[in-house]
Amino acid sequence: MPEVLKAPLVVEFPFTRSLGPVQSAFLTGLRDRVVLGVRTGDGRTLVPPVEYDPVTAEEIRDLVEVAPTGTVTTWAWNHEPRRGQPLETPFAWVLVRLDGADTALLHALDAPGPEAVHTDMRVRVRWADDRVGAITDIACFEPYDGDAAQPTGHSGEFADPVTGIVAAARLDYTYSPGRAQTAYINALADRRAVGERCPACRKVYVPPRGACPTCGVATSEQVEVGPAGTVTTFCIVNIKAKNLDIEVPYVYAHIALDGADLALHGRIGGIPYDQVRMGLRVEPVWTEGGRYPDHYRPTGEPDADYETYKELL
Amino acid sequence: MTAVSRDIAVVAFAQSDILRTTEEQSEVEMLMPVLHDVLDRTGLKTADIGFTCSGSCDYLAGRAFSFTLALDGVGAWPPISESHVEMDGAWALYEAWTKLRSGDADTALVYSYGKSSPGSVRDVLTRQLDPYYVAPLWPDSVALAALQAQALIDAGDTDEPALAGIAARSRATDNTRAQLRGSVPQGDYVVRPLRTGDCPPIGDGAAAVVLAAGERARELCPRPAWIRGIDHRVEAHGLGVRNLTDSPSARLAAEKAGAFERPVDTAELHAPFSSQEVVLRKALRLDGNVRVNPSGGALAANPMMAAGLIRIGEAASRIHRGESDRALAHATSGPCLQQNLVAVLEGDPR
Repeated sequence: MPEVLKAPLVVEFPFTRSLGPVQSAFLTGLRDRVVLGVRTGDGRTLVPPVEYDPVTAEEIRDLVEVAPTGTVTTWAWNHEPRRGQPLETPFAWVLVRLDGADTALLHALDAPGPEAVHTDMRVRVRWADDRVGAITDIACFEPYDGDAAQPTGHSGEFADPVTGIVAAARLDYTYSPGRAQTAYINALADRRAVGERCPACRKVYVPPRGACPTCGVATSEQVEVGPAGTVTTFCIVNIKAKNLDIEVPYVYAHIALDGADLALHGRIGGIPYDQVRMGLRVEPVWTEGGRYPDHYRPTGEPDADYETYKELL
Repeated sequence: MTAVSRDIAVVAFAQSDILRTTEEQSEVEMLMPVLHDVLDRTGLKTADIGFTCSGSCDYLAGRAFSFTLALDGVGAWPPISESHVEMDGAWALYEAWTKLRSGDADTALVYSYGKSSPGSVRDVLTRQLDPYYVAPLWPDSVALAALQAQALIDAGDTDEPALAGIAARSRATDNTRAQLRGSVPQGDYVVRPLRTGDCPPIGDGAAAVVLAAGERARELCPRPAWIRGIDHRVEAHGLGVRNLTDSPSARLAAEKAGAFERPVDTAELHAPFSSQEVVLRKALRLDGNVRVNPSGGALAANPMMAAGLIRIGEAASRIHRGESDRALAHATSGPCLQQNLVAVLEGDPR
């Protein structure tokens, strides 16, 4: 068996999230170097503050300022920081109970080494230089041996509150399509369409995914199909896709290659868009170096009879 | 449909070998032999199954709607009664159990799979965290478990040698499906105080069970593993709100599942980190008389989304084989044992 194909795959997405009133006040406060908590019905102060009481689910809105100094409740030394984490040099992850709060906040502690960190040690906020209203407005915590800082008595009201955040995320993968699709893609590079036949129902799947969805059994017998096929159904695309150099309108079609029991899809060219029809006979058009057909064009044969493709719509 | 109360049992269990990578297989290619195996054990065919439910997570392999492709391995045409949870398969089993309890079906196929090898699971798991206050800091799964481990050490509940002992005992299993077996060095710190040995291996794998109700279960299995109770509970999502040395949600789930009514002889715990076994033993009141994780648990093999279902399957298999009469199975999800499911399984008296 030839080596399976692999390729890097980056999934990247910016989530734009709106904030509830408590989250908005907290993150706006960080922008303005003020740390706010929220008071629960039974008098505890939660930092970071949430919109609903974690025990009773009661809506809570009573904001209260706490100090930017606090105590480490637990820690973990991170000698190899990873992408996106608060510091690029080794640091301690910490849960910090700020002075005036009853719960702890997760963040990073900048310390020279694990010997310098212990539970119950005193720390204070180190503010980021550029603050936008995000948890990263706290650059990190740093060791602190003074008294608890005094809150300024902030009301929690802001003239220009932050109402949303944009949370960027990126995950890196090495994608492998598996055995069946690797074989399909490799054959396609030689300008051949190779499907797989189900040992039970004898249907030929193109492209193959390794299993027959009707019988639930593995497919393995390889069957070359095409190159010509029949348009089973189609649509006319009138919206120009980003980064796609194709004039609209154009036709995108389901095409049943000769010998295949599953239609694949592709663009139809070489014929005016309004003359494409069900039953049209087409063949692939390859471009130099292309790993898959650029589009399909009419073969000039008579249209296929509906009965021959009605199961492949 | 009338609500009926009837006994539901696990009648078959199958799993794949758990491997560091399965890059030569797509998800359905990895899963399909397991589905065939579990059905063969009961003699059932897809068409005989009343309800199918699966658990998986697209983020692991970065492949959108991968669970619909996995359905190809079931043979879902003509259309079957089917559902999916973006969770460990233990929660898919919970859904199937409710379906069978309601009288809507007599048999259910439950499966789950995870391919962590294409991505970096430590980073992928940060995306399940609070998106406002936590996820922007990218605290990886080992870091969060390490915070919990340090809290346990500070509380005097454990120490590094005790954690190493848990890791060594787990990997002393005879489970041939496991990814890590035998003498495995504790290694260096990954995130202190957790060392390589305290962390689960990263691997790909799949598992499946068949559930059946009442007499149908007895027809399909000589000694069904009856689900006497099953329940799942969740902690507050803020890590700093919780007492990380305890697991009230696991304790409550166990209480609701009836785990404390009589002692169990075996417990399969889904504790991906050695320190989490310390928390669970305490919360679930497991003493030295209980055989914990004879399968090796998640420290021997931790295929994401399947490792919880495997705990139920392993516990049930012991009952099938007559090696246990009453077993507790536990599954977890989220950071630091955020969410916990407990099932109590029993065999008929011998």
